[in-house]
Amino acid sequence: MSGWSDAAYGMGEAVLELDRVSVRYPEASAPTLREVDLSIEEGELVLVVGRTGSGKSTLLGTLNGHVPHFTGGLLTGRVRVLGRDTATHRPRDLADIVGVVGQDPVAGFVTDTVEEELAYGMEQLALPPTTMRKRVEETLDLLGIADLRAAPLRDLSGGQQQRVAIGSVLTTQPRILVLDEPTSALDPTGAEEVLATLTRLVHDLGVTIVIAEHRLERVIQYADRVVEVVDGRVRSGSPAEIMRDATVAPPVVELGRYAAWSPLPVSIRDARRAAAPLRARLGGLGAPLLTSASRGSSTVDTLQGVHSSLTSASRSSLTVPTPGIRATGLRVDHGRVRAVRGVDLAVPAGRVTALMGRNGAGKSSLLWALHGTGTRSAGRVAVTDGSDPATLKPVARRARVGLVPQTASDLIYLDSVGAECDQADAESAKPTGTCRALLDDLAPGIPADRHPRDLSEGQKLALVLAIQLTAGPDVVLLDEPTRGLDYPAKTRLAGIVRGLAGHGHTVLISTHDVEFVADAADEVVVMAEGEVVAHGPTPDVVAASAAFAPQVAKVLAPAPLLTVAQVRQALAEAGDVG
Amino acid sequence: MAASASLATNPALLAAHGLVLTGVVMARRDGSPWGRTFRLYAALGAVIVATRVVLHILVGLKFGEHRLLPLPQADLPSWAAGIQLGGTVYLEGALGGALEGARLGMMILAIGAANALASPKRLLKVFPAALHEIGSALVVAVTVAPQLAESLQRVVRARQLRGEMTLRFKGFRSVAMPILQDTLDRSLALAAAMDGRGYGRNERESGRLTGALAALGLMGTAVGLYGLLDTTTPAALGMPVLVAGLAACVAGLWAGGRRVRRTIYRREPWGVAEWVTVGCGVAALVGSLVTLRREPLSLGMPLRPLAWPALPLPVLAGLLLAIVPAVATPVPPLSSSRATREVTA
Repeated sequence: MSGWSDAAYGMGEAVLELDRVSVRYPEASAPTLREVDLSIEEGELVLVVGRTGSGKSTLLGTLNGHVPHFTGGLLTGRVRVLGRDTATHRPRDLADIVGVVGQDPVAGFVTDTVEEELAYGMEQLALPPTTMRKRVEETLDLLGIADLRAAPLRDLSGGQQQRVAIGSVLTTQPRILVLDEPTSALDPTGAEEVLATLTRLVHDLGVTIVIAEHRLERVIQYADRVVEVVDGRVRSGSPAEIMRDATVAPPVVELGRYAAWSPLPVSIRDARRAAAPLRARLGGLGAPLLTSASRGSSTVDTLQGVHSSLTSASRSSLTVPTPGIRATGLRVDHGRVRAVRGVDLAVPAGRVTALMGRNGAGKSSLLWALHGTGTRSAGRVAVTDGSDPATLKPVARRARVGLVPQTASDLIYLDSVGAECDQADAESAKPTGTCRALLDDLAPGIPADRHPRDLSEGQKLALVLAIQLTAGPDVVLLDEPTRGLDYPAKTRLAGIVRGLAGHGHTVLISTHDVEFVADAADEVVVMAEGEVVAHGPTPDVVAASAAFAPQVAKVLAPAPLLTVAQVRQALAEAGDVG
Repeated sequence: MAASASLATNPALLAAHGLVLTGVVMARRDGSPWGRTFRLYAALGAVIVATRVVLHILVGLKFGEHRLLPLPQADLPSWAAGIQLGGTVYLEGALGGALEGARLGMMILAIGAANALASPKRLLKVFPAALHEIGSALVVAVTVAPQLAESLQRVVRARQLRGEMTLRFKGFRSVAMPILQDTLDRSLALAAAMDGRGYGRNERESGRLTGALAALGLMGTAVGLYGLLDTTTPAALGMPVLVAGLAACVAGLWAGGRRVRRTIYRREPWGVAEWVTVGCGVAALVGSLVTLRREPLSLGMPLRPLAWPALPLPVLAGLLLAIVPAVATPVPPLSSSRATREVTA
């Protein structure tokens, strides 16, 4: 194919071509991809969006032949990568032109150190050692990880690991880079690092990038084109065009849709420019500066009152809520590493508290120590009845504190949802059907004979949460529950945890997801280096930080609004007033 | 070191072996999961010692005069004359059993030390390219196996979250299922990643030659071995055929290896530190061998009559040399993994 004639019309060369591609897995009732036609040009950054289970990962997998060579299933139609047909080329035969980076970088590491990992792909392609040395150096510099060259891969932070994973496929100088949710495990800062690297690759080297991501707010402003997958069918277009009615949308788009801005902004910058009239309307209501929106302040303006009533009914009252779980001088040491350094924390009952902080800031250690099963080196923990969960027997502990771990599916081991529910009832000595009723509350309509592995991420989480709630704990701890959840699932989860808090439960959630925090949490605790560095009402904490501010707050600052729902209600109430 | 330990049942010497190995490992291991497996090997060694003693008490031939534990002895039919079921346990017998166990345990410890210090992935780098399918299975195995411990820990914690305390059969199932799934997922992910990065790309086609050479080589080796061991066959069928067969095998591997083109980023450097460690390991073995030649009795534990074990100087000197790598080699991560190849020597 000749790219030159196209170039005259401002079109790039098509590097990826999907021609009527359908994929059907055995035992699946419907094809995962249907009749996909897609052509991706050189140097594009293409964002693939869609709900969980819509076929995003399968679409990405077809691009290097991973589907169907590794996964099985029947692929009809043609996938051409720079002219090579994946029907006749296995992934290893495409390794020199397509680089694939998965969700969990550690799962893909073959060697032990950064340098060896960068060289691995080139060794397989039989490049001469001198070339390899040169490219390793270049890649180390490009990704800004030169000082880590001899470091063991396992000791790196999540963001560094993901950058090494990207680097390890870059050294073979592929023209296409395929990334499946590269930032899902990363804190906001780590995600920024990775995305900055990717945009640099597109702009400096002209690499074509295809990226799938759930947290659109992180990526969409960098995308040239958005491909939406709905039930195995695909449509593509400019970000603004697709986002107008896509099944998933970041908050900035939700806000744009609500305010009917045209063209629809996808970045904070564009949205802020479009939002001037909206801000004026909100500002006209006498919105105070965010920084002054502190707890118990005596401002009488409408917006402040609206906001308080929105996030938490008890916010405006000056009474200090009783703590549902309290830690004093809590310290956790893992070997020589001090993960939590003397934390004093009272998590209020009847509220949702979010625990934020960098990867490795000690969030998980704190949660496990609070629960009583994790390591605790010093300090005391007490729940409402004064008992310390660590000294209780597992069954008694379970009735007071429930924890949903990061890999929630560890808790599931039976072969049907019904059996899991019965087992949970038996474990907590509750009447049969307790767990099932809870599950139907959280995620209605899951058949009892369904195998837990076939559930979506959101359903799995709901099942584990139901199992843990069966014991009726006062305190519910959730470790990174939003991983792998799409926007609708996250909205459901936010509703669930708010409901729990409404029933008097103490809810503590560790998360990196600022938008989820804005939506669900009443209070935020920020940890750094094992210490609590901030603790306060959500608007105060997140708005004060550049990394943790949600999109709506960035667009509408100085108005103290964090979510589209709050904007909607603020305007509605303002309408009532005026 | 393993070889050296295998020669001794002297408790003082075995203890010295253990100390030296542990010292080197502690000083020079890195934070990789392999470095953390040393404790596992130590535990395995202890289990072996315990098993050996228990076996001695149950079925071993009891001897000695210091009575430890009077137990009833079961009478066995004459065809089982070598086995003594139960019976009074004497100190000498039990000690002998324990030391036999300790010898094996110490060999295990030596292998564990090699494992903790040298990443098996580095060895796989020099794995013949022709066997890349096996190679990829091995890489997956050595990468995923140590992660099993992490999975186990996670899943046991998850079990506690559900309020389960005992690990009965059901408990076993509830732990094994998620771990197996986890391991399977990880293995597939790693294999896919290796494939996606070009592992085992075939550049040229010469499979038939490789196959023919390998088959011929294996046949030759088998016939040659048979010829060597069976005295009735003509001598010409022995050694020459064996050598020819092995040569054909090597040629087959080479031909197959040419099919898969691969380069190595950095040859494993072999410098002073490496020579020092190998030298020290050999020194320990030489120490033991010298003693074996001169005064073989001192390597063993005097059991009849029971006495304090002797301390043969050459062995001790050798062992003292073997601890040198703990201080003489550079600190990891720079060269940790190649620090103590000698341990298996």
